[in-house]
Amino acid sequence: MNKTYYGKLIFELSKPGRTGYSLPESTMRNHSMDELPSALLREKPLGLPEVDELTAVRHYTNMSNNNFGVDTGFYPLGSCTMKYNPKINEEMAALKGFTNLHPAQCECTTQGALELYWEVQRTLSEIAGLSAFTLNPYAGAHGELTGLMVIRKYHEMRGDTGRTKIIVPDSAHGTNPASAAVCGLQIVQVKSTADGTVDVEDLKPLLGDDIAGMMMTNPNTLGIFEKKIPEIARLVHECGGLMYYDGANLNPMLGVCRPGDMGFDVMHINLHKTFSTPHGGGGPGSGPVGVRAGLEEYLPNPQVVKNADGSFSIRMNEQSLGAVSPLFGNYAVVVRAYAYLLSLGKENVPLAGKLSVLNANYIKECLKEYYKLPIDGLCKHEFVFDGLREEYGGDHHDAGHVTTLDVAKRLLDYGFHAPTIYFPLLFHEAMMIEPTETESKDTLDEFIEVMKTIAIEARDNRELLKTAPHSTPVRRLDDVKAVKEPKFTFAML
Amino acid sequence: MSYKYFPHTQQDISEMLKVIGVGSLEELYAEIPEELKFVGELDMPSAKSEIEVREIIEGMAARNKQLVCFAGCGTYNHYTPSVIPYIASRSEFSTSYTPYQAEISQGTLQYIFEYQSMMAELTGLEISNASMYDGATATAEAMMMCVAAAKKRRKVLISSTFNPDVLRVVRTYAKYHGVELVEVPAKDGVTDKAAINELLAGGDVAGVMVAQPNYFGNIEDFSGLADACHAEKALLVINSVASALGVLKSPGEWGADIACGDAQSLGIPMGYGGPYIGYLCTTSALIRKMPGRLVGATTDAEGKRCFVLTMQAREQHIRREKATSNICTAQGFMCLYVASYLSLMGPKGLREVNQLSYEAAHYLQDALIGTGAFEKVHEVPFLNEFTLRYTGKTPLNELRKKLTAEGYLAGVVANEAEQLVVFAATEQNSQQQIDAFVAAVAKLV
Repeated sequence: MNKTYYGKLIFELSKPGRTGYSLPESTMRNHSMDELPSALLREKPLGLPEVDELTAVRHYTNMSNNNFGVDTGFYPLGSCTMKYNPKINEEMAALKGFTNLHPAQCECTTQGALELYWEVQRTLSEIAGLSAFTLNPYAGAHGELTGLMVIRKYHEMRGDTGRTKIIVPDSAHGTNPASAAVCGLQIVQVKSTADGTVDVEDLKPLLGDDIAGMMMTNPNTLGIFEKKIPEIARLVHECGGLMYYDGANLNPMLGVCRPGDMGFDVMHINLHKTFSTPHGGGGPGSGPVGVRAGLEEYLPNPQVVKNADGSFSIRMNEQSLGAVSPLFGNYAVVVRAYAYLLSLGKENVPLAGKLSVLNANYIKECLKEYYKLPIDGLCKHEFVFDGLREEYGGDHHDAGHVTTLDVAKRLLDYGFHAPTIYFPLLFHEAMMIEPTETESKDTLDEFIEVMKTIAIEARDNRELLKTAPHSTPVRRLDDVKAVKEPKFTFAML
Repeated sequence: MSYKYFPHTQQDISEMLKVIGVGSLEELYAEIPEELKFVGELDMPSAKSEIEVREIIEGMAARNKQLVCFAGCGTYNHYTPSVIPYIASRSEFSTSYTPYQAEISQGTLQYIFEYQSMMAELTGLEISNASMYDGATATAEAMMMCVAAAKKRRKVLISSTFNPDVLRVVRTYAKYHGVELVEVPAKDGVTDKAAINELLAGGDVAGVMVAQPNYFGNIEDFSGLADACHAEKALLVINSVASALGVLKSPGEWGADIACGDAQSLGIPMGYGGPYIGYLCTTSALIRKMPGRLVGATTDAEGKRCFVLTMQAREQHIRREKATSNICTAQGFMCLYVASYLSLMGPKGLREVNQLSYEAAHYLQDALIGTGAFEKVHEVPFLNEFTLRYTGKTPLNELRKKLTAEGYLAGVVANEAEQLVVFAATEQNSQQQIDAFVAAVAKLV
């Protein structure tokens, strides 16, 4: 990463009269847009930049140099599974045989694409211990919404229309309740016990004939495995609800423990987390949704089916919950995940999970003398510290107090991305660390040393942390100003 | 057990297990009840070398047929300049995530800010969010935004001239979100404005959603529509093909409150449906009801102008079930496609793309009618997409199958009973190509 800030906007490089494109000469001049009634045409001139090709290439290249990605360095962003994104996957997704397909093409011309889709859904079903998957949802949150629609459809098909509530643990990611709200469900929150897992005694009185289901992730957001999951699933099923598995934390479970076997009925997987597709600065992701036997028909349209003769068809199923996308979602992301699944194979998929757990526990053990570990014991792929072990600069009400934000910003100076901070909400100074399996012991050791150094700096040189970062392209940003003097476009600057 | 994506040596593993205080990798799962553990081997293929992976997937790609495209209906075969995939291959962009740590994410934040600025220009509205999944879900989000802004009203009108693919998605969201979606009939290929006015008079409509150009390719005249909506305290939503906004009257100029749609037409490959990028723009009055991420300008500790995620109090990770939507980051990376495409094209290039597509589509229409097997159904102006009725002897399905065999995607059948076919053309369809296609049609009808 270049530490010099580039900072220009393409609009600021624009000069009227410059051209960055070339198009063929027009030959079919019988018609022209001048025929269109002026009432239908744009009046205001279009304020887009005018630049030549090199100016554009240099501009975006310079911008990329102010960006940090997994290819740049260690990215232990908890709950996001920032593993290495293999390069062969990119090349496969860019094959013209996929990128040049129009969605309206007859299935007789897209057999290869449909076969790939079918193979991915079949492999995911095996890994998850479920019956079938749709790959149509565009992202994790979209998958959650789709999965909740499956649950509502299931109750609707049984004529059980009174189930309007969904149970969500208080440690859940905010997307869970937000997806439920978009799906027209009311949220009932269940408490966590002191060890961070679902409080079964608190759950029991919440169960009744108004419960559509319960959303959980296992391991949970603290990286702790919910041991009571068989009992929880039994209780929810007994009251008539379905169990929803948020696949955000699937990585450590690969080949070890399958959501279907834990008692879950519906789940989503984040292909951009567990199956290594690039996060792209926040999308495009992919959020396949899997279901246990008996719920397959409800998956969204269109559905891909394998025929007796080995060919593939696109089906619009009348029993489906409806469509959540026009076709097959972010198809190119699915191609990448397929390349990853083929590469790893049955031998390496389980190893990915185990090594991610090894890496997380190693960091935790090496740093727990320096950072507060609220819940001790084996974690899975990630764990949470509650800030520094010692309080420096008074308690958390004092302005001079060294916070998790300060530690995070100081990490940037040392060439690491920060962990997820201030989530989960159960702790004041949460710092959620997820190393993933693709990081070496050498990288982890460097990170551990830096985290120790920062803890010592917090004691000896508080100001260094309070004013961090110091060696990044820009210094700490004024978040408040961005809200108070809102500027969302070049025209507003 | 050495594998290319896992850097651990046996010695590393032993040392790390020792620090943790367990004897094996399996012991790291000691707390999990045995009966929950998966026993045996996953039923999936064995690990493949890169050579084999390539062979398998290239084989699948080769089993698809790339057709000469005369179809649109939401996906347009516009040209993607080679600069765009080149820029998009910068892994500093692609392997990053949501720019939570703004100090090391200015690249991402800057291109999203540029994207927002460009979409605001195109739609003629003040604010664009940092993307939605696609045009269909962006329309569904716009519908939910109308309902949220209206508070007590749950009814939204949607024109039946919308693309049925979009309608299907919006209907699904409406059903589960508890929105009463009323479809407004079409008249002569455009939305029946009288029907909208009648429905608005009920006083319980939260929003009205129309499409431009519509599913049939027709350019609709929305004169008076914004006033009619606002008089009844309903919001106006216009869904447009993004590329067309380079020349057509913008949603802002029509008086819309929300603009939404798909921006695939701005340099993104057809890619069998995705990834594309949905856009959603609105007025500053509605900003707090807007779903999705938003990038704003600010300054750093040294006063340098820089960019940051802002207005997050609307979002799911803070507001949980009270958030404006469940959407997190959506199609961030595709903002880079759009921003770099529009940078290269500029206002002139975008106009030229539209002009060339216009010429090609009109030339195609004349030629198809010239075969005697197609006739016009609507007398409405269009840009690069139009609807004809098929009147030939060969059954339509058979005709299209034969054309597929000859390597053509001959439009999209909009209405089987009425024999309506929607055709599209872009700057990628040369005169020679159109002549060859129409000759093939003439031979088969």
